[in-house]
Order: sequence, then structure tokens, then C-alpha cells
Amino acid sequence: MSSIQNDNFSFDEKSQGLAKIALAKYPNDRKQSAVMPFLDIAQRQNGGWLSQPSIEYVAEQLEMPFIKVWEVVTFYTMYNTKPVGKNFVQVCTTTPCWLRGSENIVKACKEIISENQCDVAHNNLFSWMEVECLGACVNAPMIQINDDFYEDLDYESTKNILQSLIDNKPLKIGSQIGRLGSRGANNAQ
Amino acid sequence: MLSNKDKIFTNLYGEESFELKMAYVRGDWDNTKALMQKGSSWIIDEIKNSQLRGRGGAGFPTGLKWSFMPKDSEKSNYLVVNADESEPGTCKDRDMIRNDPHKLIEGCLLASFAIGAHKCYIYIRGEYFNESVVLEKAVAEAYAAGLIGKNACESGWDLDIYIHRGAGAYICGEETALLESLEGKKGQPRLKPPFPANKGLYGSPTTVNNVETIAVVPTILRRGANWFSSFGREKNTGTKVFCISGHVNNPCNVEEEMSIPLKELIDKHAGGVIGGWDNLKAIIPGGSSVPMIPKSVCDDVLMDFDSLVAAKSGLGTAAVIVMDQSTDLVKAIARIARFYKHESCGQCTPCREGTGWMWRILEKIAIGNSSSAEIDKLLDVTKQIEGHTICALGDAAAWPIQGLFRHFRDEIEENLKKGNYVA
Repeated sequence: MSSIQNDNFSFDEKSQGLAKIALAKYPNDRKQSAVMPFLDIAQRQNGGWLSQPSIEYVAEQLEMPFIKVWEVVTFYTMYNTKPVGKNFVQVCTTTPCWLRGSENIVKACKEIISENQCDVAHNNLFSWMEVECLGACVNAPMIQINDDFYEDLDYESTKNILQSLIDNKPLKIGSQIGRLGSRGANNAQ
Repeated sequence: MLSNKDKIFTNLYGEESFELKMAYVRGDWDNTKALMQKGSSWIIDEIKNSQLRGRGGAGFPTGLKWSFMPKDSEKSNYLVVNADESEPGTCKDRDMIRNDPHKLIEGCLLASFAIGAHKCYIYIRGEYFNESVVLEKAVAEAYAAGLIGKNACESGWDLDIYIHRGAGAYICGEETALLESLEGKKGQPRLKPPFPANKGLYGSPTTVNNVETIAVVPTILRRGANWFSSFGREKNTGTKVFCISGHVNNPCNVEEEMSIPLKELIDKHAGGVIGGWDNLKAIIPGGSSVPMIPKSVCDDVLMDFDSLVAAKSGLGTAAVIVMDQSTDLVKAIARIARFYKHESCGQCTPCREGTGWMWRILEKIAIGNSSSAEIDKLLDVTKQIEGHTICALGDAAAWPIQGLFRHFRDEIEENLKKGNYVA
């Protein structure tokens, strides 16, 4: 758990609305099923990571022991227990991306963001980390920034994307070589 | 080559909108009520006759799986759709969800009706956030049009569909881990039996099926079991979405006929291997869990369940990972070993300890700091993990390493002796 913590946490109006929708998906006597959506809602409200008070709040809302919620938090990789940058860059380096040059994508992140992964850099603008397969393997190599996938990358296009974030320029999500979804780049079919 | 008129997923690439009005144009939700009026036994029989096998990796006959569901259970039955697509190399369910979600939703209705379920959960991997947004919209459209919900399609059957987002755990693709996760716990696989058909979600009878398995159901029922089984070979029937990644000129997803020769699949759809077919070294034909096959096997192997098992590999998710002559195969497999180390849920000792151990030895081999005796020891450890864990993740971690040494041991040992690997 991070040494940086905020004092207290409770769902704001938007989060309360989302939590209500989430809870309605499960039987009344199975509130615990909502722990994953609740943690996601809390993380989004809390700037991309879960502080101890936010986890305690989720436990309270769902009438779960803190430790049961903490188990869930630490089991799943998408819950961050430390602050991340406003743009959280996840670089897939599993074999299909590695075969297509994910090492160069890591290099671009090191050069533009920070030498070490998970360091929050550029005045909170960025952090990056290596992750396992994100499921866009025919568009490798790829990165995920917050909720969006950027695909068919190379060293240059990755640098351009990161520089655009620094310059506050708009980005195009998806393929960076202009192909439609997972269709072969030269296939007209 | 599969003709366009026989493709099920006509919007795989998203040329058209995913929305209901375009789904109607594509033929989805066309008199679904009539299919349901033929009865649940007819649906199950038709799926059995089509010889559809599960598209999530294990290839279990879908109709047979459905027939395991109790008809007179006191508890409510559930359909759970596994959209936790995380097998390295695999990205087909993503396309079906973001570009053709109504095929999946209509399939959910037909499958739920067949197995007696009034509630269906779709468990989608957390990283597919934008895809989950599309799916939520499509489900809302289906509710608004009366296609699902109370008296779905005026069939008299009620069905609610809920979408549950995961949060980054490969193991939740294992069906009982997925159910644990859906219940709000760590995703650790359950001991079986009891199987989910008897005791699944919330202790109720549950069928868990892959996205593609469910999404092909409406088309099979409309065009007939015989149409579907006319593609591919006996017990390896139908059309299939293949994901072709790695060292090919045009990586892509493509729907093709089952049992298509691997070479034809790559040459016709992926623009061939980079540098030509003779520049091929090895292929992982079914996602990271299956053993690689060398070029000599790739030359004429067919892409189906039985053909690839005969070649000591597997169809898995039909994710074809191509590696050309430039590939350091030890590094490629070491990276897969690191994946399994990261994704082991930690419940069973052989997997928890073994996956890390295997990865470390492979990294040693990759820098030339190893020996023939150590390779023997590594292979022995893979055998001790295989078959000795609650779920198949242990096997999935062991098999790629066995495949590497089955085909390339001589070359690796030669390189060790020459010091070729030393960084």
C-alpha cells in the first residue's frame, strides 16, 4: 500500500449513480459480486488508483471485511495501489508484441516518460509500465493509455503519441498505420 | 477459401456500424421467435448435429455441454459468456464484440432458452473498456426493441443480460475462476467435480461458453446444422476466426473454413511469412498455451483440433503466432514462461513455484549460462507440473517449453556449446 494516502473517501454523485447501476446487476443477496465494479468506480474517481480509505469505503458499502476487498485489489492487475500518471501508459511486451518490436516501444517510453516504469513523471502527466498481453495481437505492438488502445506502433509513432500528450495535441486511437480494425493492411477483401 | 456468402461475421472489421439497425440488415434477429418455437431440444440437437466445438480453447462439443444442464433444477440456471479473452495471440472475441455484438446477444437468448436460463452474464476482460461500452449499448438497444428482457422476441421467454468487467487476470478465462471472480472473489479455479452444470454461479447450474461459440449459434440455427458441418472435416466442422500475428507481412483476423491448411491460411490472408515461406522457423498455432511446431510440420498441417493434436500441438483459440528464422526461440518461450509466472493464481504449489522456476531457467539458457543436464532437469520439472494442478494453467505453462525442446533441442544445445547465446 502506498505511503501517500488521502484522508477520506466517499462516492461523489456520478460514482453513486454508477454504483447503483452496478449493484442492480446482481441478486440482492449477492452484493459481493459488485466488488469489482465498485473498485473500478472508486479508482476512476480517485484519479486512477485506490487509496486505503477508498478500499475501506468499498468494503463498507458492500458489507465486506476489508481483507476480502484487499484480496481482490491485490489479485487483479488493473487495480493500482499507488498513484499513476494522468496518462497511464501500459506497454504490452508479451511474445506476439515482442516479435513485432515491443522493445522499441519500451525504449520510447523510457526516453520520453521515465527511465523506470511506474515513476510518475512530467508533473503528473505520465507513468508507464510493462504489462502482459492486452488482446490486440494482430495489431502488435500496441499500448493502452487509460481506456484506449494505440496499435500498429513503432518507435517513432510511439514517441509521436507521447509527445502529443506533452503538447496537449489530439490523438487518434486504434491503428497508427490507418488500417481498419484487424483487417490485413494490404487486404482489400 | 471461404466465400463471403458463407461468412458468419460479415462485419468483423467494422466497416459498418455495430448498431441494431445495421445488425438487422446483416440478418441478425430475423424471426428469432420462430427458432425458439421449435423448442429447446431442437436447438440442442441442431447444435449437436452441427458438431460445433467450443471456441475458447478446449474444443468441447457445445451441444453435449448444453445437454448436461438439469431441466428441473429448483435453482435458476445461468448462462455465462466468457469474454475474458487473454490468451496471448488471441484477439477475435474483441472484434465480434465491438463490431458485431448483436450476433452474440441473439446467441445469448437462444443458448439461454436452450439450457433453461433466464439470466446471462457476459464477463469481459477489463482492458476491453471501449468494447464493453459498445456491448452495453447493444444490450440496451436489444432491451429497448423487446428482443431481450421480459417476453424476449415475443417468445414468452424472459432473459436478462448483464455485463461484468474483469480487472486484469488471465486465470479468469478458466471457467470456474471466472465464476469465483463474478462472485466478487479472487479468481482462483475451483476443484471439479462438481462441474458448473451442477454447481456453478451462486451454486446454481451454469453453462460457461466462449463468445465465438455463442455468437455462431443463431447462424447455425438459421442455415442449418448441415450447412455448418459442410465446412472442415468430421468432428472439426464449421467456420472459424483465426488470428494471425507475428512475422507475417499482413497480420490480421480472418474467418475461414476449419481444417484449412496452415500454409494456405498464412499465404492467402496474412500476405505470407516475412521473407517467404522458407524463412519460417516455427509457429505456435493456437495461442501461447500450445506447443510450437517447426516449419516441416507447418508445411502441410491442417488447422483443426484433431490434425494439430496429431502434430503434438493444439488448435486452442486458433491464434497463429508466426516466428521467422530471425527469432530467438528460447527468448520467445522465456517470455511466454514469464507470462505464466505472472498469471499463476498461486493456489497450487507446482504452478506457483514451478512457473517462476521454469522462467528463470529459460532466461539462463537464453544467455548461454546453462547445460544439457539443466535442460533435462527443466523438462523433468515440466512433467511434474503437467497434470498436477487444479486447472490447466500448469499444463499451459509446461507445454510450450516441451514443444521448444521437442523440436529444437539439438540446435539449442549446439548454440550453448558454441557460446552463441552469450549476451
